Amino acid sequence: MDTERCTVVVSVNGVRYEREVEPRLLLSDFIRHELRLAGTHVGCEHGVCGACTVLFDAEPVRSCLMFAAQANGHEIMTVEGLAPAADRLHPLQEAMHAAHGLQCGYCTPGILMTLVAFLKDNPRPDEAQIRAAISGNLCRCTGYQHIVDAVMRSVA
Amino acid sequence: MKPAPFRYIVAHSIEEALAAKAEHGEEGRFLAGGQSLVPAMNFRLVQPAVLIDLNPISELAGIERADGVLRIGAMTRYRALERDAIVWRDLPLITHALPEIAHPQIRNRGTIGGNLANADPASELPAIVRALGGRLRARSAISERTIKAADFFVGALTTALAADEMLSAIELPVLPARSGTAFLEMSRRRGDFALAGVAAVVTLDAEEICRNARLAYCGLGDRPIHATAAAQSLIGERLSEAAFAEAARLAQDAVDPQGSVHASKGYQRHLAGVLTRRALRTATERARHGH
Repeated sequence: MDTERCTVVVSVNGVRYEREVEPRLLLSDFIRHELRLAGTHVGCEHGVCGACTVLFDAEPVRSCLMFAAQANGHEIMTVEGLAPAADRLHPLQEAMHAAHGLQCGYCTPGILMTLVAFLKDNPRPDEAQIRAAISGNLCRCTGYQHIVDAVMRSVA
Repeated sequence: MKPAPFRYIVAHSIEEALAAKAEHGEEGRFLAGGQSLVPAMNFRLVQPAVLIDLNPISELAGIERADGVLRIGAMTRYRALERDAIVWRDLPLITHALPEIAHPQIRNRGTIGGNLANADPASELPAIVRALGGRLRARSAISERTIKAADFFVGALTTALAADEMLSAIELPVLPARSGTAFLEMSRRRGDFALAGVAAVVTLDAEEICRNARLAYCGLGDRPIHATAAAQSLIGERLSEAAFAEAARLAQDAVDPQGSVHASKGYQRHLAGVLTRRALRTATERARHGH
Protein backbone atom coordinates (compact mmCIF):
# COMPACT_ATOMS: atom_id res chain seq x y z
CA MET A 1 0.00 0.00 0.00
CA ASP A 2 2.79 2.41 0.91
CA THR A 3 4.31 2.14 -2.52
CA GLU A 4 1.14 2.84 -4.45
CA ARG A 5 1.61 5.91 -6.62
CA CYS A 6 -0.75 7.81 -8.83
CA THR A 7 -0.10 10.15 -11.70
CA VAL A 8 -0.96 13.80 -11.39
CA VAL A 9 -1.05 16.02 -14.44
CA VAL A 10 -1.85 19.54 -13.36
CA SER A 11 -1.56 23.08 -14.63
CA VAL A 12 -0.14 25.49 -12.07
CA ASN A 13 0.11 29.17 -13.01
CA GLY A 14 -0.24 28.10 -16.64
CA VAL A 15 2.63 25.60 -16.51
CA ARG A 16 1.92 21.91 -16.98
CA TYR A 17 3.45 19.51 -14.46
CA GLU A 18 3.37 15.73 -14.34
CA ARG A 19 4.39 13.84 -11.21
CA GLU A 20 3.98 10.43 -9.59
CA VAL A 21 2.76 10.87 -6.02
CA GLU A 22 1.56 8.91 -3.02
CA PRO A 23 -2.23 9.23 -2.67
CA ARG A 24 -1.86 10.65 0.83
CA LEU A 25 0.28 13.60 -0.31
CA LEU A 26 -1.58 16.80 0.50
CA LEU A 27 -1.98 19.32 -2.31
CA SER A 28 -0.21 21.94 -0.15
CA ASP A 29 2.86 19.69 0.22
CA PHE A 30 2.73 18.79 -3.46
CA ILE A 31 2.86 22.46 -4.43
CA ARG A 32 5.70 23.25 -2.04
CA HIS A 33 7.85 20.12 -2.12
CA GLU A 34 7.22 18.57 -5.53
CA LEU A 35 6.75 21.73 -7.57
CA ARG A 36 9.06 23.86 -5.40
CA LEU A 37 6.55 26.71 -5.29
CA ALA A 38 7.08 27.78 -1.69
CA GLY A 39 4.91 30.89 -1.92
CA THR A 40 1.95 28.83 -0.72
CA HIS A 41 2.35 28.66 3.05
CA VAL A 42 1.30 25.91 5.43
CA GLY A 43 0.01 26.91 8.84
CA CYS A 44 -2.39 24.66 10.69
CA GLU A 45 -2.89 21.76 8.25
CA HIS A 46 -6.46 21.28 9.36
CA GLY A 47 -8.35 23.94 7.49
CA VAL A 48 -8.47 26.72 10.06
CA CYS A 49 -5.78 29.28 9.21
CA GLY A 50 -6.19 29.78 5.45
CA ALA A 51 -2.46 30.30 4.81
CA CYS A 52 -2.45 27.52 2.18
CA THR A 53 -5.30 28.99 0.11
CA VAL A 54 -4.83 28.56 -3.66
CA LEU A 55 -7.19 28.93 -6.59
CA PHE A 56 -8.47 25.53 -7.72
CA ASP A 57 -10.28 25.92 -11.04
CA ALA A 58 -10.42 29.66 -10.23
CA GLU A 59 -12.06 29.22 -6.79
CA PRO A 60 -10.15 29.67 -3.52
CA VAL A 61 -9.70 26.43 -1.58
CA ARG A 62 -7.57 25.23 1.31
CA SER A 63 -4.82 23.16 -0.29
CA CYS A 64 -4.17 21.31 3.00
CA LEU A 65 -7.67 19.80 2.76
CA MET A 66 -7.17 18.19 -0.64
CA PHE A 67 -4.95 15.45 -1.90
CA ALA A 68 -2.57 16.14 -4.76
CA ALA A 69 -4.14 13.20 -6.58
CA GLN A 70 -7.42 15.12 -6.69
CA ALA A 71 -5.81 17.90 -8.70
CA ASN A 72 -5.25 15.59 -11.66
CA GLY A 73 -6.62 17.35 -14.75
CA HIS A 74 -7.33 20.62 -12.92
CA GLU A 75 -5.94 24.15 -12.96
CA ILE A 76 -4.30 25.74 -9.97
CA MET A 77 -3.08 29.26 -9.39
CA THR A 78 -0.73 30.10 -6.54
CA VAL A 79 0.59 33.44 -5.32
CA GLU A 80 3.51 33.08 -7.76
CA GLY A 81 0.99 33.44 -10.58
CA LEU A 82 -0.38 36.82 -9.50
CA ALA A 83 2.24 39.30 -10.62
CA PRO A 84 2.09 40.19 -14.32
CA ALA A 85 5.89 40.38 -14.65
CA ALA A 86 9.00 39.78 -12.60
CA ASP A 87 9.37 43.48 -11.87
CA ARG A 88 5.68 44.32 -11.38
CA LEU A 89 3.16 43.41 -8.72
CA HIS A 90 -0.54 42.63 -8.99
CA PRO A 91 -2.62 45.74 -8.09
CA LEU A 92 -3.75 44.06 -4.87
CA GLN A 93 -0.15 43.28 -3.97
CA GLU A 94 0.71 46.93 -4.63
CA ALA A 95 -2.13 48.01 -2.35
CA MET A 96 -1.07 45.58 0.41
CA HIS A 97 2.43 47.05 0.18
CA ALA A 98 1.22 50.65 0.25
CA ALA A 99 -1.30 50.15 3.10
CA HIS A 100 1.01 48.01 5.28
CA GLY A 101 -1.34 45.05 4.83
CA LEU A 102 1.32 42.66 6.07
CA GLN A 103 4.03 42.46 8.66
CA CYS A 104 5.52 38.97 8.92
CA GLY A 105 3.83 37.99 5.65
CA TYR A 106 3.04 34.41 6.59
CA CYS A 107 -0.70 34.72 5.96
CA THR A 108 -0.33 37.01 2.96
CA PRO A 109 -0.33 34.47 0.10
CA GLY A 110 -3.56 32.94 1.41
CA ILE A 111 -5.13 36.36 1.94
CA LEU A 112 -4.19 37.43 -1.60
CA MET A 113 -5.57 34.31 -3.25
CA THR A 114 -8.79 34.62 -1.26
CA LEU A 115 -9.21 38.27 -2.13
CA VAL A 116 -8.42 38.17 -5.84
CA ALA A 117 -11.31 35.72 -6.30
CA PHE A 118 -13.55 37.74 -3.99
CA LEU A 119 -12.87 40.98 -5.88
CA LYS A 120 -13.70 39.32 -9.17
CA ASP A 121 -17.20 38.56 -7.81
CA ASN A 122 -17.49 41.79 -5.81
CA PRO A 123 -15.60 44.59 -7.54
CA ARG A 124 -16.99 47.30 -5.21
CA PRO A 125 -17.10 45.70 -1.76
CA ASP A 126 -17.81 47.49 1.50
CA GLU A 127 -15.80 46.93 4.64
CA ALA A 128 -18.19 44.35 6.13
CA GLN A 129 -18.05 42.28 2.95
CA ILE A 130 -14.25 42.39 2.95
CA ARG A 131 -14.11 41.24 6.56
CA ALA A 132 -16.51 38.38 5.80
CA ALA A 133 -14.40 37.41 2.77
CA ILE A 134 -11.24 37.04 4.86
CA SER A 135 -12.99 35.45 7.85
CA GLY A 136 -11.27 32.18 6.97
CA ASN A 137 -7.76 33.64 6.99
CA LEU A 138 -5.92 34.18 10.26
CA CYS A 139 -3.49 37.09 10.56
CA ARG A 140 -1.75 37.68 13.89
CA CYS A 141 0.17 40.84 12.89
CA THR A 142 -2.16 43.39 11.39
CA GLY A 143 -5.38 43.06 13.33
CA TYR A 144 -6.86 42.95 9.80
CA GLN A 145 -7.43 46.72 9.63
CA HIS A 146 -4.55 47.36 7.24
CA ILE A 147 -5.63 44.45 5.06
CA VAL A 148 -9.11 45.95 4.82
CA ASP A 149 -7.51 49.33 4.08
CA ALA A 150 -5.46 47.73 1.29
CA VAL A 151 -8.54 46.24 -0.35
CA MET A 152 -10.41 49.53 -0.12
CA ARG A 153 -7.41 51.27 -1.68
CA SER A 154 -7.19 48.72 -4.49
CA VAL A 155 -10.82 49.25 -5.51
CA ALA A 156 -10.93 53.03 -4.99
CA MET B 1 -0.21 16.27 10.63
CA LYS B 2 0.04 14.00 7.59
CA PRO B 3 -2.56 11.37 6.80
CA ALA B 4 -1.76 7.68 7.18
CA PRO B 5 -1.34 5.78 3.89
CA PHE B 6 -4.49 4.64 2.12
CA ARG B 7 -5.53 3.12 -1.16
CA TYR B 8 -7.07 5.74 -3.45
CA ILE B 9 -9.91 4.79 -5.78
CA VAL B 10 -11.23 7.35 -8.23
CA ALA B 11 -14.89 6.63 -8.91
CA HIS B 12 -16.19 7.80 -12.28
CA SER B 13 -19.77 6.66 -11.78
CA ILE B 14 -22.16 5.99 -8.90
CA GLU B 15 -22.05 2.28 -9.79
CA GLU B 16 -18.24 2.20 -9.55
CA ALA B 17 -18.34 3.98 -6.20
CA LEU B 18 -20.98 1.65 -4.80
CA ALA B 19 -19.15 -1.45 -6.01
CA ALA B 20 -16.00 -0.24 -4.24
CA LYS B 21 -17.97 0.50 -1.06
CA ALA B 22 -19.62 -2.93 -1.18
CA GLU B 23 -16.16 -4.50 -1.46
CA HIS B 24 -14.48 -2.50 1.31
CA GLY B 25 -17.38 -1.77 3.71
CA GLU B 26 -16.30 0.07 6.87
CA GLU B 27 -12.67 0.02 5.69
CA GLY B 28 -13.58 2.30 2.81
CA ARG B 29 -14.66 5.91 3.15
CA PHE B 30 -16.24 8.10 0.51
CA LEU B 31 -14.33 11.33 -0.12
CA ALA B 32 -16.80 14.12 -0.91
CA GLY B 33 -15.69 17.73 -0.26
CA GLY B 34 -13.22 16.50 2.33
CA GLN B 35 -13.61 19.54 4.56
CA SER B 36 -14.30 17.41 7.65
CA LEU B 37 -12.74 14.10 6.61
CA VAL B 38 -9.34 15.42 5.51
CA PRO B 39 -8.67 17.39 8.73
CA ALA B 40 -9.61 14.24 10.69
CA MET B 41 -7.20 12.25 8.49
CA ASN B 42 -4.46 14.87 8.94
CA PHE B 43 -4.82 14.44 12.71
CA ARG B 44 -4.97 10.65 12.16
CA LEU B 45 -8.24 10.57 14.07
CA VAL B 46 -9.51 8.69 11.03
CA GLN B 47 -7.37 6.26 9.05
CA PRO B 48 -9.43 4.70 6.28
CA ALA B 49 -7.70 1.88 4.44
CA VAL B 50 -9.43 2.89 1.22
CA LEU B 51 -10.62 6.29 0.04
CA ILE B 52 -13.25 6.35 -2.71
CA ASP B 53 -13.19 9.76 -4.37
CA LEU B 54 -16.66 10.85 -5.51
CA ASN B 55 -15.57 14.20 -6.94
CA PRO B 56 -15.37 13.11 -10.59
CA ILE B 57 -19.00 11.86 -10.58
CA SER B 58 -20.86 14.72 -12.25
CA GLU B 59 -24.27 12.98 -11.96
CA LEU B 60 -24.05 13.34 -8.17
CA ALA B 61 -24.07 17.15 -8.37
CA GLY B 62 -26.87 19.45 -9.37
CA ILE B 63 -30.18 20.97 -8.32
CA GLU B 64 -33.49 20.31 -10.04
CA ARG B 65 -37.14 20.90 -9.24
CA ALA B 66 -39.84 18.37 -10.03
CA ASP B 67 -43.34 17.86 -8.56
CA GLY B 68 -42.88 20.47 -5.84
CA VAL B 69 -39.62 18.98 -4.61
CA LEU B 70 -36.07 20.30 -4.94
CA ARG B 71 -33.75 17.43 -5.56
CA ILE B 72 -30.16 18.24 -4.66
CA GLY B 73 -27.38 15.88 -5.64
CA ALA B 74 -25.19 14.84 -2.72
CA MET B 75 -22.02 16.28 -4.30
CA THR B 76 -23.55 19.72 -4.81
CA ARG B 77 -21.15 22.16 -3.19
CA TYR B 78 -22.22 24.79 -0.65
CA ARG B 79 -21.10 27.48 -3.04
CA ALA B 80 -23.40 26.19 -5.79
CA LEU B 81 -26.34 26.14 -3.36
CA GLU B 82 -25.47 29.63 -2.13
CA ARG B 83 -25.55 31.02 -5.67
CA ASP B 84 -28.43 29.01 -7.10
CA ALA B 85 -31.44 31.02 -8.28
CA ILE B 86 -33.91 28.13 -7.85
CA VAL B 87 -32.82 27.60 -4.25
CA TRP B 88 -33.22 31.34 -3.55
CA ARG B 89 -36.69 31.35 -5.09
CA ASP B 90 -37.99 28.12 -3.57
CA LEU B 91 -36.04 27.53 -0.36
CA PRO B 92 -34.46 30.84 0.69
CA LEU B 93 -33.79 29.36 4.14
CA ILE B 94 -30.77 27.67 2.57
CA THR B 95 -29.57 30.84 0.86
CA HIS B 96 -29.94 32.82 4.08
CA ALA B 97 -28.06 30.23 6.14
CA LEU B 98 -25.14 29.39 3.87
CA PRO B 99 -23.05 32.51 4.48
CA GLU B 100 -23.07 31.51 8.17
CA ILE B 101 -21.47 28.17 7.37
CA ALA B 102 -17.67 28.11 7.64
CA HIS B 103 -15.66 30.29 5.24
CA PRO B 104 -15.59 30.92 1.47
CA GLN B 105 -12.71 28.48 0.89
CA ILE B 106 -14.58 25.72 2.75
CA ARG B 107 -17.85 26.45 0.94
CA ASN B 108 -16.07 26.11 -2.42
CA ARG B 109 -15.29 22.46 -1.61
CA GLY B 110 -17.78 21.27 0.99
CA THR B 111 -20.83 19.37 -0.24
CA ILE B 112 -24.32 19.03 1.18
CA GLY B 113 -24.16 15.24 1.07
CA GLY B 114 -20.78 15.08 2.77
CA ASN B 115 -22.02 17.43 5.45
CA LEU B 116 -25.20 15.46 6.16
CA ALA B 117 -23.46 12.07 6.10
CA ASN B 118 -20.88 13.43 8.56
CA ALA B 119 -23.76 14.30 10.93
CA ASP B 120 -21.90 16.77 13.10
CA PRO B 121 -24.45 17.85 15.72
CA ALA B 122 -23.10 21.43 15.68
CA SER B 123 -23.45 21.71 11.91
CA GLU B 124 -26.14 23.88 10.36
CA LEU B 125 -27.36 21.86 7.38
CA PRO B 126 -28.68 18.87 9.34
CA ALA B 127 -30.95 21.23 11.31
CA ILE B 128 -32.01 23.00 8.12
CA VAL B 129 -32.85 19.75 6.32
CA ARG B 130 -34.73 18.63 9.44
CA ALA B 131 -36.72 21.88 9.54
CA LEU B 132 -37.57 21.55 5.86
CA GLY B 133 -38.84 17.99 6.29
CA GLY B 134 -36.17 16.63 3.97
CA ARG B 135 -35.84 13.09 2.69
CA LEU B 136 -32.47 11.49 2.02
CA ARG B 137 -31.87 9.02 -0.78
CA ALA B 138 -29.55 6.17 0.16
CA ARG B 139 -28.12 3.87 -2.48
CA SER B 140 -26.13 0.68 -2.30
CA ALA B 141 -24.99 -1.61 -5.09
CA ILE B 142 -28.16 -3.67 -4.66
CA SER B 143 -30.81 -1.37 -3.20
CA GLU B 144 -32.15 2.15 -2.97
CA ARG B 145 -34.27 3.68 -0.22
CA THR B 146 -35.51 6.95 1.20
CA ILE B 147 -34.83 7.97 4.78
CA LYS B 148 -36.66 10.83 6.46
CA ALA B 149 -34.37 13.45 7.99
CA ALA B 150 -36.03 12.70 11.33
CA ASP B 151 -34.72 9.12 11.12
CA PHE B 152 -31.41 9.79 9.36
CA PHE B 153 -29.51 11.44 12.22
CA VAL B 154 -28.98 8.76 14.86
CA GLY B 155 -26.41 10.46 17.08
CA ALA B 156 -23.21 12.47 17.01
CA LEU B 157 -21.40 11.65 13.75
CA THR B 158 -23.76 8.70 13.28
CA THR B 159 -26.42 8.23 10.61
CA ALA B 160 -28.82 5.52 9.54
CA LEU B 161 -26.65 4.75 6.48
CA ALA B 162 -25.44 1.16 6.26
CA ALA B 163 -21.79 0.33 5.57
CA ASP B 164 -22.48 -0.31 1.89
CA GLU B 165 -24.71 2.75 1.35
CA MET B 166 -24.08 6.18 -0.11
CA LEU B 167 -26.19 9.27 0.47
CA SER B 168 -26.92 10.10 -3.17
CA ALA B 169 -29.43 12.97 -3.05
CA ILE B 170 -31.47 15.16 -0.76
CA GLU B 171 -35.13 15.89 -1.49
CA LEU B 172 -36.63 19.01 0.00
CA PRO B 173 -40.33 19.80 -0.48
CA VAL B 174 -40.91 23.36 -1.65
CA LEU B 175 -42.85 25.29 0.98
CA PRO B 176 -46.42 26.43 0.25
CA ALA B 177 -47.23 30.08 -0.45
CA ARG B 178 -47.24 32.42 2.57
CA SER B 179 -44.40 30.50 4.18
CA GLY B 180 -41.47 32.25 5.81
CA THR B 181 -38.18 30.93 7.11
CA ALA B 182 -35.21 32.12 9.10
CA PHE B 183 -31.89 30.75 10.23
CA LEU B 184 -30.04 32.29 13.16
CA GLU B 185 -27.01 31.16 15.07
CA MET B 186 -24.61 32.38 17.69
CA SER B 187 -20.97 31.48 17.24
CA ARG B 188 -17.83 32.81 18.88
CA ARG B 189 -16.33 33.97 15.59
CA ARG B 190 -17.75 34.21 12.11
CA GLY B 191 -17.65 30.80 10.46
CA ASP B 192 -17.15 28.84 13.68
CA PHE B 193 -19.50 26.06 14.64
CA ALA B 194 -22.56 27.45 16.40
CA LEU B 195 -22.94 27.46 20.17
CA ALA B 196 -26.63 27.35 19.26
CA GLY B 197 -28.54 27.73 16.02
CA VAL B 198 -32.15 27.52 14.91
CA ALA B 199 -33.94 26.98 11.60
CA ALA B 200 -37.52 28.22 11.75
CA VAL B 201 -40.33 27.63 9.24
CA VAL B 202 -43.85 29.06 9.49
CA THR B 203 -46.77 28.90 7.06
CA LEU B 204 -49.72 31.27 7.38
CA ASP B 205 -53.17 31.10 5.81
CA ALA B 206 -55.05 33.99 4.20
CA GLU B 207 -56.33 35.06 7.64
CA GLU B 208 -52.75 35.17 8.99
CA ILE B 209 -53.36 32.10 11.16
CA CYS B 210 -50.34 29.81 11.46
CA ARG B 211 -51.05 26.55 9.63
CA ASN B 212 -47.64 24.92 9.97
CA ALA B 213 -44.46 25.53 11.92
CA ARG B 214 -41.18 23.75 12.39
CA LEU B 215 -38.22 24.54 14.63
CA ALA B 216 -34.94 22.64 14.37
CA TYR B 217 -31.74 23.32 16.29
CA CYS B 218 -28.03 22.74 15.80
CA GLY B 219 -25.40 22.61 18.52
CA LEU B 220 -27.99 21.79 21.18
CA GLY B 221 -27.93 18.00 21.34
CA ASP B 222 -26.20 14.95 19.88
CA ARG B 223 -28.16 15.42 16.64
CA PRO B 224 -30.41 18.09 15.12
CA ILE B 225 -33.24 18.59 17.59
CA HIS B 226 -36.78 19.27 16.41
CA ALA B 227 -38.82 21.12 19.05
CA THR B 228 -42.14 19.51 18.20
CA ALA B 229 -44.18 20.87 21.11
CA ALA B 230 -42.85 24.38 20.52
CA ALA B 231 -43.77 24.23 16.84
CA GLN B 232 -47.21 22.74 17.62
CA SER B 233 -47.93 25.58 20.04
CA LEU B 234 -47.86 28.02 17.13
CA ILE B 235 -50.31 26.16 14.89
CA GLY B 236 -53.80 27.67 14.87
CA GLU B 237 -52.48 30.86 16.45
CA ARG B 238 -52.31 34.39 15.17
CA LEU B 239 -48.56 34.87 15.55
CA SER B 240 -47.56 37.47 18.13
CA GLU B 241 -44.74 38.17 20.55
CA ALA B 242 -46.65 36.20 23.20
CA ALA B 243 -46.86 33.18 20.88
CA PHE B 244 -43.14 33.46 20.11
CA ALA B 245 -42.30 33.64 23.82
CA GLU B 246 -44.35 30.53 24.58
CA ALA B 247 -42.70 28.64 21.72
CA ALA B 248 -39.29 29.78 22.95
CA ARG B 249 -40.06 28.49 26.44
CA LEU B 250 -41.11 25.09 25.06
CA ALA B 251 -38.06 24.97 22.80
CA GLN B 252 -35.79 25.49 25.81
CA ASP B 253 -37.31 22.34 27.30
CA ALA B 254 -36.80 20.38 24.08
CA VAL B 255 -33.12 21.07 23.50
CA ASP B 256 -30.42 19.04 25.16
CA PRO B 257 -27.27 21.17 25.25
CA GLN B 258 -24.03 19.46 26.25
CA GLY B 259 -22.19 22.55 27.50
CA SER B 260 -18.52 23.21 26.83
CA VAL B 261 -15.64 25.38 27.96
CA HIS B 262 -17.06 28.12 25.72
CA ALA B 263 -20.70 27.98 26.77
CA SER B 264 -22.43 26.43 29.76
CA LYS B 265 -25.57 24.36 29.31
CA GLY B 266 -27.55 27.18 30.89
CA TYR B 267 -26.17 29.74 28.46
CA GLN B 268 -26.89 27.48 25.49
CA ARG B 269 -30.44 27.02 26.72
CA HIS B 270 -30.77 30.78 27.09
CA LEU B 271 -29.54 31.20 23.51
CA ALA B 272 -32.12 28.66 22.32
CA GLY B 273 -34.87 30.85 23.72
CA VAL B 274 -33.54 34.15 22.38
CA LEU B 275 -32.78 32.74 18.93
CA THR B 276 -36.19 31.05 18.73
CA ARG B 277 -38.03 34.33 19.38
CA ARG B 278 -35.92 36.25 16.89
CA ALA B 279 -36.11 33.56 14.20
CA LEU B 280 -39.90 33.27 14.55
CA ARG B 281 -40.26 37.04 14.30
CA THR B 282 -38.23 37.11 11.07
CA ALA B 283 -39.87 34.01 9.60
CA THR B 284 -43.33 35.41 10.28
CA GLU B 285 -42.39 38.74 8.72
CA ARG B 286 -41.14 36.90 5.64
CA ALA B 287 -44.30 34.77 5.48
CA ARG B 288 -46.31 37.99 5.33
CA HIS B 289 -44.09 39.93 2.94
CA GLY B 290 -41.94 37.41 1.07
CA HIS B 291 -38.42 36.04 1.47
